[in-house]
Amino acid sequence: MSDDMDMEDGGTIKKFMFVNRKAPYGTIYALEALEVVLISAAFEQDVSMAFVDDGVYQLMKGINSEGTELKNFSKTYRALDGYDIEKLYVEQESLEARGLTEDDLLVDVTVMSAAELAATMAEQDVVISH
Amino acid sequence: MLHIINKSPSERNSVEAALRLATKGSVVLLIEDAVYAATRGNTAAAKIQTAMADLKIYALKPDLETRGMADRVMDGVSLVDYAGFVDLVAEQPNCQSWL
Repeated sequence: MSDDMDMEDGGTIKKFMFVNRKAPYGTIYALEALEVVLISAAFEQDVSMAFVDDGVYQLMKGINSEGTELKNFSKTYRALDGYDIEKLYVEQESLEARGLTEDDLLVDVTVMSAAELAATMAEQDVVISH
Repeated sequence: MLHIINKSPSERNSVEAALRLATKGSVVLLIEDAVYAATRGNTAAAKIQTAMADLKIYALKPDLETRGMADRVMDGVSLVDYAGFVDLVAEQPNCQSWL
């Protein structure tokens, strides 16, 4: 086993970014991404989530899925900070292209320009896309 | 003809293709992720606005509610529930599901 894997012994903490680019509910990607992110929290890594393109729709307030009888998982985003996942980055350009603002989102996020997000993405050790 | 579309306008070009190829007087029903096309300020908003001159545009309300978009629908788009969906299919002589 490599030293990187040996976390009990103060092993390396890596920067992980989970990039979300899909709308919720139409496909399984958003829900699967949440599952993976929550699992990653157990490994005590430096985890962030980025919401880009249709991924920004995942964070919409006011979701009511009674009519479609789909599982409403928007509360899970609110629970993320309980798992020390507090770095939620949203691309400004993606919000604007959809007529949305930060006020439309159900959790506190850091809104970034594409250039800022690009720089943050580039400094990650691991980027996982959904 | 009833044109049924279920893909987000900012991920696929199904909405754009359906609007381009629908004849005057046709009916368009936006369901699942295509309901985003019916919301104010979305990437396809201008195309939907223009299309409304020739086409009747509907969106499935339960899918809008599931996505938190029910109060952001563009003026001129009509909302239907599942019973209304069935009515549209029954009223139109034929239908096409855009993939």
